[in-house]
Amino acid sequence: MDFFEDWPDYFEVVINWSDRLLEGLWTTIQLTIFGGALAFVIAIVLGLLAGSSSLWLRGPARVIIEFFRGISLVVLLFLLLYVLPQLWMRNPDLPFEGLVRNTFLLAVIALGINYGAYGAEAVRASLTTVPKSQWEATTALSMSWPHKIRRVIFPQAWALMLPSLTNLWVHLLKGSAIAYIIPFVNDFTFELNNLRRPTDIWFSHAFIGLVVYFILALILTLFMQVLEARAKNKLGRGPSLREIFSPDPKTAPPDASLPDSPPDPKDMTGPGGGPKQPASGAGAQPGGIR
Amino acid sequence: MITVSGTLLAETIDDPTLVDEEEVRQSPFWDWDFAFEAFPEMFMAFLQVTLLVTVLGTIIAAVLGLVIAILLRVLPRPLAWIVRWVANFIRMTPLVVQLIFVFWTFLWMDALTVGIIVFGVHYATYMSEVYRAGIDSVPKGQWEATTALSMSAVRTWRKVVIPQALRSTVPSLGNYAISMFKDTPFLLVISVAEMVTVAGEIGAPTFRYTEVFTIAGLIFLAASYPTAVLVNRLEKRLAYAH
Repeated sequence: MDFFEDWPDYFEVVINWSDRLLEGLWTTIQLTIFGGALAFVIAIVLGLLAGSSSLWLRGPARVIIEFFRGISLVVLLFLLLYVLPQLWMRNPDLPFEGLVRNTFLLAVIALGINYGAYGAEAVRASLTTVPKSQWEATTALSMSWPHKIRRVIFPQAWALMLPSLTNLWVHLLKGSAIAYIIPFVNDFTFELNNLRRPTDIWFSHAFIGLVVYFILALILTLFMQVLEARAKNKLGRGPSLREIFSPDPKTAPPDASLPDSPPDPKDMTGPGGGPKQPASGAGAQPGGIR
Repeated sequence: MITVSGTLLAETIDDPTLVDEEEVRQSPFWDWDFAFEAFPEMFMAFLQVTLLVTVLGTIIAAVLGLVIAILLRVLPRPLAWIVRWVANFIRMTPLVVQLIFVFWTFLWMDALTVGIIVFGVHYATYMSEVYRAGIDSVPKGQWEATTALSMSAVRTWRKVVIPQALRSTVPSLGNYAISMFKDTPFLLVISVAEMVTVAGEIGAPTFRYTEVFTIAGLIFLAASYPTAVLVNRLEKRLAYAH
């Protein structure tokens, strides 16, 4: 609330600390990107396994997904930080000791595993939403498994899973703020929290910090919506990116950039009457994260 | 702990990099006695704080979310736009930062109260989206019928729209309650003594974290998985009934 009275002070402090704040921001961005990449890989692998017809593949995948979804992110983080290194302390001969002591890497792994398990659910759900006739057609054409997944099933599932993955990535960005309690990981929240002590004008700093996170989340959402538009265009649904970014308003979809713009019903079903797709955007995806 | 500043956590949980490794090596990896000793205290914290925050937070979120969803529908455009973006802002910023922000801005508020309010408001913005979808799914004919019967706006909402809108939203609300439950350890950033914080406090003096964090994880699994299965079943039943 002192924002308006103290603003000259405020800018002075921010300028003095801008280096550290930017460094923290960079750490947060790295956590989000690396964690997101790891989560993506885990989500695809576990999602494909959980969606397979063989019980020997599906069973273990389900157990892993439910375990890492059910265990809280913070508990997982603490297990990695405090319990995992003990194995190396007790057995000094084990390899990769440096990796276990790297707290940044552990944070990335915790974020990746936790949100990857959520993402696996989204991947599996979108695989089952691909029309059954598509699976049957690939069998009829006697395509090999990698071939049919890569060329037929995945491109369709990809467009379906992107909205959920967008939500999860924003969740991961928000979850990465917990990294500030990890030693040697000085993320944006950590540097922001450091600002509290030299100043009494905490309100404005924290508020600006929230705004920075908000902008990051908006950028992520925008990026993913571009991917989604591209995926849909490749399936023959919706305009191409060139059409979207063209200044001609006739071909541009209304409000594609807003995170909560109501889904355009024409976008939802393809010309061939494709499956109904979940609403896009950073908004709540019922059941997207549990 | 050197690197963590400003939170009481610094005093409760050790820096894993500052640990006396010789001491760790001489102690057993898993100590049943210690586990049994730690469990009651952790379970009390679970009942008294974690569950309390989850239940009260869910109630606030469920009510406030409905209010937001109705406001978005009822308010004139510019005001609805402001409400929507405030909700977006709260939804797309980290819970951890919000907790720290509110805690250090409203110093007269007790940390537990801050936690309940922040969780409630944060999840209300999620739940408002669920409600909005529910309200949108009420057929247009229902709205027209209330106009034909010249029902008042309040009566229309209370007797026609909300009962139909709520029905399909119950499973999603349940999912968000579970999600909130699993987010409660974030409360340690404002040093509320919820289960994981207590676990850290118990483990800190002897660096015995294996038992306490394993127990914490198991309690989370034991509480959230059956609830998730229940919610799932409810979802299927509701989908079937439609």
